[in-house]
Amino acid sequence: MGVPISLTVNGKHVDREVEPRTLLVQFLREELELTGTHVGCDTSSCGACTIHLDGEAVKSCTILAVQADGAALVTIEGLGKDGELHPMQRAFHEQHALQCGYCTPGMIMSAAHLLERNPNPTEAEVRHGLEGNLCRCTGYQNIVEAVLAVVKG
Amino acid sequence: MATVETGRAGVGDSPLRKEDAPLIAGQGRFVDDLKLPGMAFAAFTRSPHAHATITRIDTSAAEAIEGVVAVYTSATLGIEGGVPCASNPTGETKQPKRPILAEGRVRMVGEPVALIVASSQAIARDAADAVVVDYDPLPVAIHPEKAMLPGAPQLHEIAPGNKCVTITHKTEGFDAVFDAAPVKVSLTIDNQRLVPVAIEPRAVLADWVTANDEVTLYTSTQVPHFVRTFVAAVLGVSEAKVRVIAPDVGGGFGSKLNVYAEEFAVAQASRLTGHPVKWIETRSEAMVSTIHGRDQLQHATLAADADGRVRALRIHMIQDVGAYLQLLTPTIAHLTVFMVPGLYDLPHVDITLDEIFTNTTPTDAYRGAGRPEATHMIERMMDRLADELGMDAAELRRKNFIPKAAFPYTSATGLSYDSGDYEPALDKALEMSDYSTFEARRAEARARGNYRGIGLSTWVEICGLAPSAVTKAIGVGAGGWESAILRIHPTGSATVITGSSAHGQGHETSWSQIVESELGIPFDQVEVIHGDTGYSPYGLGTYGSRSLAVGGIALFNTCEKVRDKAQLIAAHLLECAPGDLEWADGKWQVKGSPDKVKTIQELAYAAWAGDSMPAGVEPNLEATTFFEPPNFTFPFGTHVAEIEIDGETGKVTIERYTAVDDCGNVVNPMIVDGQVHGGIVQSIAQALFEEAVYDDSGQILTSSLVDYMIPAASELPRITSARTVTPSPTNPMGVKGIGEAGTIAATACVVNAAVDALSELGIRHLEMPLQPARVWQAIQDAKGKQ
Repeated sequence: MGVPISLTVNGKHVDREVEPRTLLVQFLREELELTGTHVGCDTSSCGACTIHLDGEAVKSCTILAVQADGAALVTIEGLGKDGELHPMQRAFHEQHALQCGYCTPGMIMSAAHLLERNPNPTEAEVRHGLEGNLCRCTGYQNIVEAVLAVVKG
Repeated sequence: MATVETGRAGVGDSPLRKEDAPLIAGQGRFVDDLKLPGMAFAAFTRSPHAHATITRIDTSAAEAIEGVVAVYTSATLGIEGGVPCASNPTGETKQPKRPILAEGRVRMVGEPVALIVASSQAIARDAADAVVVDYDPLPVAIHPEKAMLPGAPQLHEIAPGNKCVTITHKTEGFDAVFDAAPVKVSLTIDNQRLVPVAIEPRAVLADWVTANDEVTLYTSTQVPHFVRTFVAAVLGVSEAKVRVIAPDVGGGFGSKLNVYAEEFAVAQASRLTGHPVKWIETRSEAMVSTIHGRDQLQHATLAADADGRVRALRIHMIQDVGAYLQLLTPTIAHLTVFMVPGLYDLPHVDITLDEIFTNTTPTDAYRGAGRPEATHMIERMMDRLADELGMDAAELRRKNFIPKAAFPYTSATGLSYDSGDYEPALDKALEMSDYSTFEARRAEARARGNYRGIGLSTWVEICGLAPSAVTKAIGVGAGGWESAILRIHPTGSATVITGSSAHGQGHETSWSQIVESELGIPFDQVEVIHGDTGYSPYGLGTYGSRSLAVGGIALFNTCEKVRDKAQLIAAHLLECAPGDLEWADGKWQVKGSPDKVKTIQELAYAAWAGDSMPAGVEPNLEATTFFEPPNFTFPFGTHVAEIEIDGETGKVTIERYTAVDDCGNVVNPMIVDGQVHGGIVQSIAQALFEEAVYDDSGQILTSSLVDYMIPAASELPRITSARTVTPSPTNPMGVKGIGEAGTIAATACVVNAAVDALSELGIRHLEMPLQPARVWQAIQDAKGKQ
């Protein structure tokens, strides 16, 4: 009953058979043991599961693993390059943009993608761009600071 | 933002957090990230009815599903006891049994009825749906004011009238003062029901090794030691055989200051099946099976002199406790009772609190826990009084502040406020918010067709829970102390083990700063361990803005013990009397002879080597402290919200938000600012967006994050914050607590600002949340009357 899928995850080729009902986030967490991508709701509201799929930020709880067949994925574990943190990861640390850290991977993935689409956003555009991701700890202020800090370079 | 540019990371600096590295790299370890050999998965069949008799449970279809390991009901799970409640404020609180799985009757939507253990999470959830339960629905009691009336449906035989407990407090001479006061204002205020919504739902992984009857429970909790104690008691196993680990915990906000039915059930399922069993709460489950917060109705009358001096307050509070009691349910509104006078010199109160059972999810501690209800009430009342007297809201508050010289101040509810200096915080907030020039901004907005208002909240809270004598006096079945171990290793690095249990507060960072300041051991060479009963002495956990003011002091005192012992060793090695030494920058040195010196690292090595110790001194540099706080701490501040209401849609936008808080001395300003931001936003969320809604049949209408609105960044303002510093005399660091300040302060100033904006229409009160439809309707109603 497994369906074969073949995709790239964080630069590595992956071939697996999955149950058709498997969500992409389950596939990442349970099959590939990439547990940095989190689940915080069941309605695609919180964004904790955000990853990059073919260059777009997507909520991995909202697509099936079989739909990712042939795609190139990047998760929080693969966002940095050559052993270095991505500038957004560094900025979250430097601006105290996380507290409990549960929403953080999804928030970083969304924020990184936001700047790919719009490299020089205003504060309002940053806030608007992150409205698919919920954080209950920080009040978002330092998250916005982190994104703006990356913009400033 | 401040960083370690100075290279220092002591008390008062803002080193970046030690906690962050794994969390930003996707290497956090939350319960759902853990896997154990042979692990099975749990799911619960839950009641769809708010109140019903169970006439039949048929588990056969569920058991027949391939991959199902076991299906349990209350008849087969084998747990006699119920979910514990450690709170009995009057000694006569009705504490009906809450079964782990329903026993013949359900009293709320979401009550667990059956437990499935299966080889995968998906199979477990499929099987939970396949359990057939026949229910005979019963009439429901949903609204507490109706549930109190004669003839209302009854939840528990031991609680006639659905009454859990009544708490009263009336000062001597109240009636004469109240009756004689020339001015009285009254409001009915509904502090609505909320859902905490930590972004990580609850999660439990139980690993019961049946061969030696030892259990390890990984659980997303703020209170691992409480979980251990109660798991041992309820499941009948030695407490010494239970280890509870809170790994990374994805937020709590009070909702994980509890011990839940699912923790007992999953542990027992592991014991019975011999498999490690994991249960991950879905968000939809969490909306009904994790505690709710607030839901307190208040009828208040404030009596004052004609010049605005407040004299007496009468209040009847009705707290909805839900269908059952959780760990501290009855105590939450009791904290409101204590904080009713706020930071005003209000000599007389007459308080009646009725706590009422209804067919809803239990309420319990949610960030602020009883104090936001008090602050919101007294701050609405002060604005109502200012309006009645035609006085400026800031000046009315200033007139009634407890004066600086009056501390320690005994409140009308019997608390001893440790320290306070309220006017500087008010003045600073008024200046930062351009309060004096507000009317021009109001006029400018009015010209655009909008309504602009400004509102104040001058707040005080009770922090640092709690002196054990007080917890006993108010009927809480646990002390309020905290523990710390400090172990200096032979090479001079240090391990701290704290009984406090962080879930985002940054203890590893702040505790390391305390060690650097007190012992001169560099920040980077201090490791902090928390959240594991296998390592830690008993700890009471993280809640009630207590971690620094109680747990931090336990560590501070432990540092002193270690330094004192090091002094004896140094004196022995330097061949002098201990009194001849002085402490400076991590070293004991002979007074006047800076070349005769032993660093803490040298002394740690000497204490470990052990061969040249002074007589009667044990080897090694290690100490343990259990710190009992002599009193609470009372942080305070002034918040100012400036809002604009769209004249056509009723949408409220916060244009400016200013917070001046005083939490005593500060260990890490960066972390304190973060706590302030988060607390304020959670409180703005209550003021503008969030409400848990039940219909008249007891169905929850806000059962997912689609229906229950957690605000995103786009809905929220930038916060401007500052501090004043009034140290607490209660503890040697002079610290107070900041975790809940924002949630306690913000609702009142936002609502006060909205009422101020619409006062020209004759509007004198608005209920939360100020969703556009409600505000729009209020505007239409007011215009209709004009």
